Amino acid sequence: KSHQTNQCVCKVLTVDTMNSCVKKVEYAVRGPIVLRAVQIEKELKEGVQKPFSEVIKANIGDAHAMGQQPITFFRQVLAMCSYPELLDDDRFPEDAKGRARRILQGCGGQSIGAYSASQGIECVRQDVARYVERRDGGVPSDPDNIYLTTGASDGIVTMLKLLVAGEGRSRTGVMISIPQYPLYSAALAELGAVQVNYFLNEERCWSLDVSELRRALADARRHCNPRALCIINPGNPTGQVQSRQCIEDVIRFAAKERLFLMADEVYQDNVYAEGCEFHSFKKVLFEMGPEFSSTVELASFHSTSKCYMGECGFRGGYMEVVNMDPEVKAQLTKLVSVRLCPPVPGQALMDLVVNPPQPGEPSYSTFIRERKATLSSLAERARLTEQILNTVPGIACNPVQGAMYSFPRVTLPARAIREAEERGQAPDMFYCMKLLEETGICLVPGSGFGQRDGTFHFRMTILPPTDKLKILLSKVKDFHQRFIQQYS
Amino acid sequence: MYKPNMLFHGMVQGLERPFKHLIDISLGDAHRGGLQPITFVRQVISACLYPSLLDSGRLPIDVKSRARNLLKQCEGESVGSYTATCGLPKIQHSLSEFISRRDRGVPSSPENIFITSGSQQALMLVLRLFVHGKGSLQTGIMTPVPSSPLFNMALSSLGGAMVPYHLCEEEGWTLRLDEMRRALATARRHCNPMGLYVINPGNPVGQVQSQKSIEDVIRFAAEEKLFLLADEVYQDSVHDPTAEFVSYKRVLHEMGPPYSNTVELASFNSASKGFMGECGLRGGYVEFVNLDSAVMGHVYTLFSTEACTAVMGQIALDIMANPPRSGDASYTAFFEEVQNRRNTLNNNAKRVQETLNSLDGMSCQPIRGGIYAFPQLHLPARAVAKEAGVAPDLLYCMLLLEEMGLCVGPGSEHLQRKDTHHLRYITHLPDEPIVQPRANSY
Repeated sequence: KSHQTNQCVCKVLTVDTMNSCVKKVEYAVRGPIVLRAVQIEKELKEGVQKPFSEVIKANIGDAHAMGQQPITFFRQVLAMCSYPELLDDDRFPEDAKGRARRILQGCGGQSIGAYSASQGIECVRQDVARYVERRDGGVPSDPDNIYLTTGASDGIVTMLKLLVAGEGRSRTGVMISIPQYPLYSAALAELGAVQVNYFLNEERCWSLDVSELRRALADARRHCNPRALCIINPGNPTGQVQSRQCIEDVIRFAAKERLFLMADEVYQDNVYAEGCEFHSFKKVLFEMGPEFSSTVELASFHSTSKCYMGECGFRGGYMEVVNMDPEVKAQLTKLVSVRLCPPVPGQALMDLVVNPPQPGEPSYSTFIRERKATLSSLAERARLTEQILNTVPGIACNPVQGAMYSFPRVTLPARAIREAEERGQAPDMFYCMKLLEETGICLVPGSGFGQRDGTFHFRMTILPPTDKLKILLSKVKDFHQRFIQQYS
Repeated sequence: MYKPNMLFHGMVQGLERPFKHLIDISLGDAHRGGLQPITFVRQVISACLYPSLLDSGRLPIDVKSRARNLLKQCEGESVGSYTATCGLPKIQHSLSEFISRRDRGVPSSPENIFITSGSQQALMLVLRLFVHGKGSLQTGIMTPVPSSPLFNMALSSLGGAMVPYHLCEEEGWTLRLDEMRRALATARRHCNPMGLYVINPGNPVGQVQSQKSIEDVIRFAAEEKLFLLADEVYQDSVHDPTAEFVSYKRVLHEMGPPYSNTVELASFNSASKGFMGECGLRGGYVEFVNLDSAVMGHVYTLFSTEACTAVMGQIALDIMANPPRSGDASYTAFFEEVQNRRNTLNNNAKRVQETLNSLDGMSCQPIRGGIYAFPQLHLPARAVAKEAGVAPDLLYCMLLLEEMGLCVGPGSEHLQRKDTHHLRYITHLPDEPIVQPRANSY
């Protein structure tokens, strides 16, 4: 056999030979506009002159990046878990030490450096189950139905993998809100599943109408096999907090149409608006009685990245499965073992989130104070954002009822839309890019989340500290007015 | 992989046993086996988690400066923030310098390094790029036998076809080109082989490839147009003083053009193995060589959907890549801990090998590297007769577990040549004296 050394230099892995589904994956939150923002930061460091001195990354739901402080108790326990010599240090309160010891007992070799079981450390799963029971007014939770995950994203993608099957007209369809958090669209694209969009009602504060669910489902049934319904509550990017009635309606709909419910509840503590309250899907399901609670299949997701913790960098999360077929559950358990286990520090943190200081314990008052301060500050910034954006002609912002974002609609002049289209850019991307270049503020265009045709939005976090947020909002206002003038 | 644990839990609930505690020597987890974490690593991590410690007299000065530097790299100076998709740029940089030093100066660019949640996530990321198609177009990846069950699971969960090539046990588990050619030719009839997965040092077999062997494999990959996946997570665990770990990347570079600028390679490493043993922190990385730039864009987008790797894992990698140096306050203690670890592992490997080879009915190839011993069981005919559908080596493991409280892994998990049987022992433990007498008497 001849051994050729000057063979064709075409590569093995090219855009033509690679998995074509991967090419369809987009993720706006860390997409082109963010890459440009990072480039601009480099340019600023190199001394390039710009009309601003810093880039403000209001694109991503990262509270600590914007200066939010971690919960003291959590960091104390985690420090002791990672360096157990600190257990004899007087600076740490006894309750923190007790938690650290308990977590270490649950770890192999009493080290957070050991692999845990794939489903997660047993005592942590038990604590999560107890938390869920308390949160849901006593509705029972079995630790065996709890899976610790690497952020909520890991659990969401794993469930979608399990759900997606079939070919052609029987290919799995997954219902997801428009606007949505683009992890869902990315995962569905990679899995080659059919994304079935249902529109949230912008005129009614992004509420969910079951009639719209029915429309979307009927449409979808013509060309795919819809099997799952994803709902994000509180919403991302829209921030709406669904009413209890709405949740019941969705559950009834899912039961009738035999859809697997996926409830993304990572913002469950981020509820700001008067009259709004978080109701977990699981709780409502069980309160609707056995007709529903023993049949509707549900997966609920939570995370350490949001709420009052903001600990994105730990990649902590869990999911709880309800009424899952035992054979499917066995497959789920097998599937999660492929990635070995979630990061143990994140599992430890989740343990603390579900099992925080209790009244009477030394760390309780500090913990409560810190949590309250963080959540009320977020509520204030949510209100401020809505208020200021609504003073800008051409920008309309729904109340930010919860989560961490505003998702205002912007009215763009026809000339601007045309210019964007000539450049092959979505008009709101064109708008946001200009905003970035002129003010250093990085937002994510609404096209990255989905929106009704002909409407344009952007997603901006409420996370910058109040003073900075005010400056940001006034710069956005000024920019918008200039933009409108320029393109009239 | 965790079957032995489940077996144990199932069997031992409240029963009287002839042993006091279970010794699990089946899993590749150093800390679970009793190895202590490296003090410097944990001190830095604790200071990053709770920066008030930086004001205490408790921590050495170099721990504090390392922690301060790392915190400065984090958004909001908090390890609770997301990092850039591929990892903190400073840590990518540390890794590229580490790689370059290891490879005697072969350049390494931070942009080609993706920091991942263990090497497993990196492997899956790369496989997701490749694997698609059905029937004769289904992507195939050449995989060594005995193999890594985790890799096989990952491949099959993504719908890829395994193209097994047998390592040659009699020659010390070497890779043989004739066998690889045979495997590839057979596979081409029913799938589309695109990649070649090699594990060096080997898992579970512990071979360390010679430079010549690596060159041969690279040439083979170039001729047959295969993307090389080089799993090098055990690069720090070489026991045989006559063996040396040489990276695929270095060999590729030293072969010069056309190979060095055409052969596509992904190299994998992790903080889970070697002297760090920090499996639970989930820190790993992949370095791409000669990856098509358009494809690189897609890899980045795909990976960005997973946000970023846990910051603790990234910190572990930083210390692995850039440990304390001579003159630093923590250097002496650090060096001593690492040396002790290395000596323990080297001695254990030797002792396990000697002991296993001294037992009737067991033969063990030289354990040159890695963390396992993979001896062959020469079982009496009676034992081989299939009992209740249980593979003979699994049966042996179950009996060993029940009677001696010793948990080892069956070779059938790794696949093996037909009618051969093996066991997997981890060589990683500090308390070897307890293990060996049990193994001997059994």
